[in-house]
Amino acid sequence: MKKFKDTDMQLLLGQVLRAGTVISISVVFLGGVLYLYRHGHTIVNYKTFVGIPNFVRHLPGIIYGVVNIKGQAIIQTGIILLIATPILRVVCSAIGFVLEKDYLYVGISVLVLFIIFMSMLSGHAA
Amino acid sequence: MSVLVFTVIVLIGSYFAGFLGSLTGLGGGVVIIPLLTLVLNVDIHYAIGASLVSVIATSSGSAAAYVKEGITNMRLGMFLEIATTAGAMCGAILALHIPTQYIAVLFGIILIFSAIISLKRKAEHITLQKSFLAEKLKLNSSYPTANGTVEYSVTRVGGGFVMMLFAGIISGLLGIGSGALKVIAMDTIMRIPFKVSTTTSNFMIGVTASASAVVYLQRGYISPGLSMPVVIGVLLGALTGSRILVNTPSSRWLRWVFAVVVTFLAGQMIYHGVTGKI
Repeated sequence: MKKFKDTDMQLLLGQVLRAGTVISISVVFLGGVLYLYRHGHTIVNYKTFVGIPNFVRHLPGIIYGVVNIKGQAIIQTGIILLIATPILRVVCSAIGFVLEKDYLYVGISVLVLFIIFMSMLSGHAA
Repeated sequence: MSVLVFTVIVLIGSYFAGFLGSLTGLGGGVVIIPLLTLVLNVDIHYAIGASLVSVIATSSGSAAAYVKEGITNMRLGMFLEIATTAGAMCGAILALHIPTQYIAVLFGIILIFSAIISLKRKAEHITLQKSFLAEKLKLNSSYPTANGTVEYSVTRVGGGFVMMLFAGIISGLLGIGSGALKVIAMDTIMRIPFKVSTTTSNFMIGVTASASAVVYLQRGYISPGLSMPVVIGVLLGALTGSRILVNTPSSRWLRWVFAVVVTFLAGQMIYHGVTGKI
């Protein structure tokens, strides 16, 4: 098998980032169109922080919302995809480092992923 | 006002923010948050959430182009991401407990600082000094130029790491990319060539923002209705800006204009924070 080089990794990461951005923005846009179509006429209120509509707060609610073609749920899915894109890039970096047999950097990439995972968990802690 | 009108206003505002942000390198976040909080009366938490998401979009979009050119130092970026993500996580958690007035004032201060940094002349320097940590971590590298490959070394790794920690905290706390701080860490402290530090900084901003965005997402700080026009507007504006950047060499006067605008916005943020209107 051809040796995996830094230049291969650069190409891969570039593609992952571009694909991720395009796909997530498209989903956000689609959700946006649906949302505006249905709720364009309601009065907006972002002054007080009361959180966001309940169905968009948790994953089951978002899935339910997407299945029922609710614009806001689709937007939120797109946003989640967007947030996931750089994280996916780190995963790809880790895989690339494995292929390059650069185990120091496999470890560093995994450490970054671990920190992000901790960050996700801490969001839950009240 | 209705959702539709609000969305269109935010879309247009975000477009300009992204456009100016990409032309001057300061990023869209610095304009979006004052715009949303001061003009449209959006609660700062929502604004920060939306800004973070837009930062991820612009960072990923532009990093996709730069990393292919081979100028980005991937290992350096990966190593420093330990600091930025840890900082981002702490910053996001801090944001949950700090009163919004303080966030507004801090935002203003960082904004002014970033504007000043963007105006400073960047001295181009290549250092070939050997550093123990840089060798161990394989950070020294080279990058392609029109005249062939240029080698460079990285120094003061520890100092750069600490600065990145701080940049991460600021990013998570204020919802901006902290590109200015990251470039200071790499350019001034670690003496990395300017082109490498800007592209690598770009590379890192996305992951940093993601680390804090997951916290905001879980706390319900990311509103889909608000984030949607912000992210689309900023991304489109940034794309337009980068197209123009390729064709127009000198953006010095533009940086001055932006620096003045940003300083004005920063002053407003500080004023509103101090008087408790935010």
